[in-house]
Amino acid sequence: MSGQMEARQSAMLASMSDVPERWLTTSARDKHGTLGAPVTRMDGALKVGGRARFAAEVPLDGLTYAAVAFSTIAKGRIAALDTTAAESAPGVVLVMDYRNAPRLKLPPVMFSAPKAGAQSSLPVMQDEQIHWNGQPVAVVLAETQEQADHAVSLLRISYEAAPAVISFGAAQQNARTPEKILREPTSVAIGDAEAALAGAAFKIDLNYRTPRHNHNAIELHAATAVWQGDRLTLHDASQMVNMTSWTIAEMFGLKEAQVHVHSPYVGGGFGGKCLWTHQILTAAAARLAGRPVRLTLSREGVFRAVGGRTTTEQRVALGAKADGTLAALIHTGVAAMTTHNNCPEQFTFPARHLYAADTIKVTQQVADMNMIANTFMRGPGESVGTFALECALDELAEALQLDPIELRRRLEPEKDPTSGKAFSARHLVEAYQRGAARFGWEKRSAKPGARREGEWLLGMGVATATYPYYRQPGGAARIRLTADGRAFVQMASHEMGMGTATVQAQHAAARLGLPLDHVVFEYGDTDLPPGTLAGGSSQTASISVAIIAATQALTEELLRLAGNESPLAGLSADEVETSDGGLRAIAEPDRFESYASILGRAKRDDISAMAEAPPPSEVQTYSMHSYGVQFCEVKVNEVTGEVRVSRFLGSFDCGRILNAKTATSQFKGGIIMGLGLALMEDALFDERSGRIMNPSLAEYHVPVHMDVPEIEVMWTGIPDPKAPLGAHGIGEIGITGVGAAVANAVYNATGRRIRELPITLDKLL
Amino acid sequence: MRFIVNGQHVEAVFDLRTSLLDLLRDHLGLSGSKKGCNQGACGACTVLVDGERINACLALAVQYQDRAINTVEGLSEPGALHPLQSAFLEHDGFQCGYCTPGQLCSAIAMAAELSRGVPSAVTVDLAAETIALSHDELRERMSGNLCRCGAYNGIVEAITETFSPQKSAQEAA
Amino acid sequence: MTPFTYARAQDAQTAIQLAGAAPAARYLGGGTNLVDLMRETIETPDALVDVTGLSQAIEARDDGSILIGAAVKNTALAAHRAVRQHFPLLSRAILAGASGQIRNMATVGGNILQRTRCLYFYDDAARCNKRSPGAGCDAREGFNRMNAILGASDACSATHPSDMCVALAALDATLHLAGAEGTRRIKLVELHRLPDDQPDIETILRPHELITAVELPALPFAARSTYRKVRDRASYAFALVSAAAALDVAADGTIRDVRLALGGVAPKPWRAFKAEAMLRGAPATAAAFRTAAEAELAEAVGLSGNSFKIELAKRVITATLTELAGGVA
Repeated sequence: MSGQMEARQSAMLASMSDVPERWLTTSARDKHGTLGAPVTRMDGALKVGGRARFAAEVPLDGLTYAAVAFSTIAKGRIAALDTTAAESAPGVVLVMDYRNAPRLKLPPVMFSAPKAGAQSSLPVMQDEQIHWNGQPVAVVLAETQEQADHAVSLLRISYEAAPAVISFGAAQQNARTPEKILREPTSVAIGDAEAALAGAAFKIDLNYRTPRHNHNAIELHAATAVWQGDRLTLHDASQMVNMTSWTIAEMFGLKEAQVHVHSPYVGGGFGGKCLWTHQILTAAAARLAGRPVRLTLSREGVFRAVGGRTTTEQRVALGAKADGTLAALIHTGVAAMTTHNNCPEQFTFPARHLYAADTIKVTQQVADMNMIANTFMRGPGESVGTFALECALDELAEALQLDPIELRRRLEPEKDPTSGKAFSARHLVEAYQRGAARFGWEKRSAKPGARREGEWLLGMGVATATYPYYRQPGGAARIRLTADGRAFVQMASHEMGMGTATVQAQHAAARLGLPLDHVVFEYGDTDLPPGTLAGGSSQTASISVAIIAATQALTEELLRLAGNESPLAGLSADEVETSDGGLRAIAEPDRFESYASILGRAKRDDISAMAEAPPPSEVQTYSMHSYGVQFCEVKVNEVTGEVRVSRFLGSFDCGRILNAKTATSQFKGGIIMGLGLALMEDALFDERSGRIMNPSLAEYHVPVHMDVPEIEVMWTGIPDPKAPLGAHGIGEIGITGVGAAVANAVYNATGRRIRELPITLDKLL
Repeated sequence: MRFIVNGQHVEAVFDLRTSLLDLLRDHLGLSGSKKGCNQGACGACTVLVDGERINACLALAVQYQDRAINTVEGLSEPGALHPLQSAFLEHDGFQCGYCTPGQLCSAIAMAAELSRGVPSAVTVDLAAETIALSHDELRERMSGNLCRCGAYNGIVEAITETFSPQKSAQEAA
Repeated sequence: MTPFTYARAQDAQTAIQLAGAAPAARYLGGGTNLVDLMRETIETPDALVDVTGLSQAIEARDDGSILIGAAVKNTALAAHRAVRQHFPLLSRAILAGASGQIRNMATVGGNILQRTRCLYFYDDAARCNKRSPGAGCDAREGFNRMNAILGASDACSATHPSDMCVALAALDATLHLAGAEGTRRIKLVELHRLPDDQPDIETILRPHELITAVELPALPFAARSTYRKVRDRASYAFALVSAAAALDVAADGTIRDVRLALGGVAPKPWRAFKAEAMLRGAPATAAAFRTAAEAELAEAVGLSGNSFKIELAKRVITATLTELAGGVA
C-alpha cells in the first residue's frame, strides 16, 4: 500500500470512529513516513559494538560491590546472624542485615497506588521474619566482587523455622477468590453453564496443569546506586522507571523528584525487570555505606529474589451442539500466589473474549503460598490460559469430527461474548484463512500418527493466540524542536529490545514531517516527562498518544511563535498540519513555513512543548484485543519421545504494524518463549523446602538455537480504528497459543494428549 | 599480569579469583562482554582467546596471562562495523542486545572452526574433509549462545549471509 | 570463592609436588566445572595447580592405539582425524556434550573428573551425602529426573554427567596416572566408584594423583560405532540417557564383538558388560538387542522422577545397536 493510500485509508477509518482523527493520521502529505517499513534499530550499532552500557556497567569512582545472602527456609525467623567473619574478611566495607539497614517504610505494592511498583508488600530487610525460601537476609559490600562473594559465604546464619505453606495441593485447600482479577471481575456467569454442559450433545471436561516459569532475561538483574545528600541516582534495568522512582521515594521518605532512575538499556525484561528487593537493598546499602554500590544478582539470585510465572491448575469444559456451536464454555482454576502481592495469573481472560457460547462460566482462585511473589511474565494469564482453552478446543473438534479451524470459525462471536461490547477490530477468521493457506494446513491428516519419517512421527497443530489491547493511564511526552530542524522526543519509557525507541522515532518523524535521521527518541530516565510502565503490551499505544498530544501542543506553540509575519498568521492549530519540516495550512497548501524559519525569525535555538496523554477511554467503549493463529508442525521420536518443532507459522491480527523488522522479531521472540513453555521450561519448586532447585541456566532450560526452526510470521495489518496509529502492542501475543499449538501437534503426531506442561519426553514414552 | 586485549598490551593487578570476564568488565572497562549466568550456561561472555571462543566467566584470568584476547570491542571501530555486525543490524539478529556480543564472538570463531573442518554433533560424515555451513550445523554450533528475546532466526540469517561460501564468492568477485 | 594460591606446572612431577605442598590443592584444567563449583563454594581448594601446560599431544600409533595427553582440549580430541576415523563414537560423544566454547576450554583429564549435576549437590541448603557425608540425601524424594537408575545407593543417586567418558568406557580406555608414589595405569571403568555409603569418595585416585594421559587400545571394529544422546532440549543439555556403542557383525549376521556403555543412568560411565556378554555370538537383530538391554537394566531401580529412564535406556540401546547393525529400529 502506498503511503498516500494508507494515509487516505487511515483518515477514512478515523472519520468513522469516535477517537480523535489525528490518532490514525500522521503528517498527511508525509514523504518521510517510514511507519510500517523495516527500519533498522537505531540503537543497533551501539549494541553490536558492545558499547551500550547496561545497569551493571556504569563506571563510578569509589564503587563498592554487593553480594546477597538468601534465606534457606520458607517461613520463620532468623535466630542468629553472625557477621564477624564476614566483616573481618579482606576488602569488606560493611555487612547490612535487618539490624542495621536503614529504616524503610513498607513497599507500596503494585496496584495499591497509581505509581506503586513494588512486586511485594513485605518489608525489605527490616525484621527477622522470613516469608519465602530465598528471601535476601544480608548484603555484603566489599571493594571487589570477589571479596564480597567470598564474605557472603562466611556469614553464619541460623533460622527458627515455622510451618510454611509450600505445597500447592495443600494451599488449594484454602484457596480464595480474589475481589478482582487485575481490573476485571473475578467471575463471569452467563446462563447456567454447568447445566448446559450436562445436557450438551458433545462435551469434554478436562484439567490442565502448568508449572512455574522464570523470565530469565539474559542480563542479570542489576542496580547501581549513588547518593548525593538526599538525592539518589539509581542505574537500573527497569521496565518501570517512574514507578520505581516513586516507590523507592515512598519507602525512603523522599520526594519522587529526589530519586532519579536511569535505565537506557535493559537486557531483556519480559515482565521480570520491575521493582524487586535488590534495587531497594542497593539504595539502602549505598546510604548505609555512604558510597556508591553496585549489586548484580547471581543467576541463582535471580531465581531466589525475582518472581516468575506461577503454577496453575485449570479446568476447561466445553459443551457443544451438533453444529459445533457451544452450549457451554467453562474455564476455572487456581493459581499459586502470596498474601503479599497481587498477580493472580489471569488465565481465564481468553475465555471471556474469544468464542461465542450460549452459556459461559469463568472464575479463578488463588492459593496463597510461602514463596517469592509471583509476577507478570510475557503473556501473563493468556500464555497458560490459551494452553488449556485451545487444547480443549482441539479435543472438542476431534469429538465433533470437525477441523479445528472450522470449529473456531463456527464459534466466531459478533460482539464480545461476556462484556457485550463491540470489537474495535477483529479479523481472526481472516488470520486463520491466510495462515492455513500459507502453512499448508490442508495437508494435515485428522487421524493421529499418519505421517512418519523414519523414527519420527509428524503432526500439525493449531491454536488461537490472543492478548488484550491496553493503554496505561498517565504519561506525557515533550518534543523539543531545534533551529536546525531536529526533534528530540522525550518520555520516560523503556526499551528492552522491543524496538520502542526506533518505532517512536519513526512515528514522531512522520508526525512532525521530518526525516527519520532528524528525530531522536529519548527514554529510560526519570528526568524526562513521565512514562508508563512497559507492560501489558501497552507502551506503544501509551507513548503514541502522548506524542500525538505533544505534537498538538507544539503546533500551538509554533503558531504563537510564528506571529503575524508568518505565512501562517491567523491560523489555528486545527487549520494547519505538519509537513516537510514545517507547518502548512490544510486548506491553502501554499501557505507554509518551516520550523527553522519560525525559530529563526524568533531568534530561538529551540522550542519545546509537553502534553499529557488523555485517559484510555477507548478501552471503556470497545472490546479491544489482538489476535493470532499459531500453526505448528512437530516431529516426535517414536523411540525416545523427543519432540522437535520442525515448522512454525504465526498469523497475526494486531492492527497496523509499525516496523516490519522489529515486529517480526517481537512475534518470533514470543513464539520462541512459547516453545520453551511448551517443551522445557519448569522452575522446580521443592514442596518440602519451598526452594527452587534449578536456579541455573544449565538446569532451567530455555530454547537454544538448535530448538528453534525458521519461524514464519505474517499479519493482516488491518489498522484498528480505535487505537492510536491503528496499532496494538505486540510484545506478548506471540507467546500465547504456542503451548496449545505444540500440544495439539504432538497429539496429531502421536495420539497422545499431554495436559501438563512442559511436554517432556517421559510423558510420551 | 600481562594480557594482549584487542591487540593492546595491558597490565593488570587483581585478585586471583577474578574471572577473565570480570577482568575485562570491572578492571579494564571493557563491558561489551556480558555476564548472563556466570555459570558457563548462556554464552553471553564469549570472547576469543588466540582466535578460539571460550566462556570468559569460567576462565580464571590468571590462566590467560600473555594470551591474545579479543572481545566485541575489538571487532571493529565505531562507524566501521565488522560485516557480521552489519548483518546483525540488517537481519535484526538481536532485540535487547545483551547476548549479542557473545553471539558475535562465538559466530566468528565458529566459522573458523568450520573452515578448519572441526565436526559437530550433527555432522553426518565425520570423515569429510570439509563441512558445509548448513542450517543444522550452524544452529548446533551456536547452541552455546542463548538468546532469551528469541532473535535466533535473525542471528542465523546474519551468520549465514556473512560466512556462507556464496557470500565469500560474491565478495571475492 | 575462597582464596587460593595459583601455580602452573609444565610437567606431572612438578604438578604433584606443588599439589603436595598444600593441604587442599586441586588440579586446574579448563576450569569449566571446578571454577563453577568454587563459586558455589562446593569446592574450596587452598591451592590451584594449573595442569593445562601438561601434554596436549594426541599420538596415533601404528598399532591402532591412541595416546591422548590429559591436557588435550575436548575440541581437539573430537576433531582429530584418527579419532574421527577409528573411534567415531568418541568424537560424537564429545561433540554431544556442552557447547563449542566449553569444549574449547575443557581438558580430557578435567572432563573425566567433572562432578555431578545433581540439583541437591549444587544447593548448599539441601542435604547431600556427597557434599556433606552423613547429611542425608534430598534427591531421593525430590527432583531426581536426572539421577541414576543403576549403581545408585540409598545414600546417593547422583549421575556422572560426562558424555566423553561413556565413549571411553566403551573403548576400554586406560588412564595413565602419576602420583607421589609413582605412576600406574588403571582402566577408566575402574576409576569411578559406586557411591555405596561413601558417595563423597568418587574415584579410586590417591591424594594428589594426577591423570596424565588416556590410552585407547586398538579396536578396529570401533570404526563402526556411534553415540546417541537423549536430552531435554536439542542441544546443550546433559543426558537423560545416552549410549556409546560399537558393533562387529560377522558375515553370517552373528555378533562377533560389541561394546556398549551408557551415560546419564549411573554414578559412573556405565559399561554394559552384561549386555555385551549376552550379545557376543548372538544374532544382530533388534530382538536380541532388546533382550540384552532388558538384562542390562534388570537391576535398574527408578526413583520418584526417573523411572522412565529404565524403558528409555532399553530403547536407546536397542535402537543404537540396530542402527549399527544396519537396520532400522
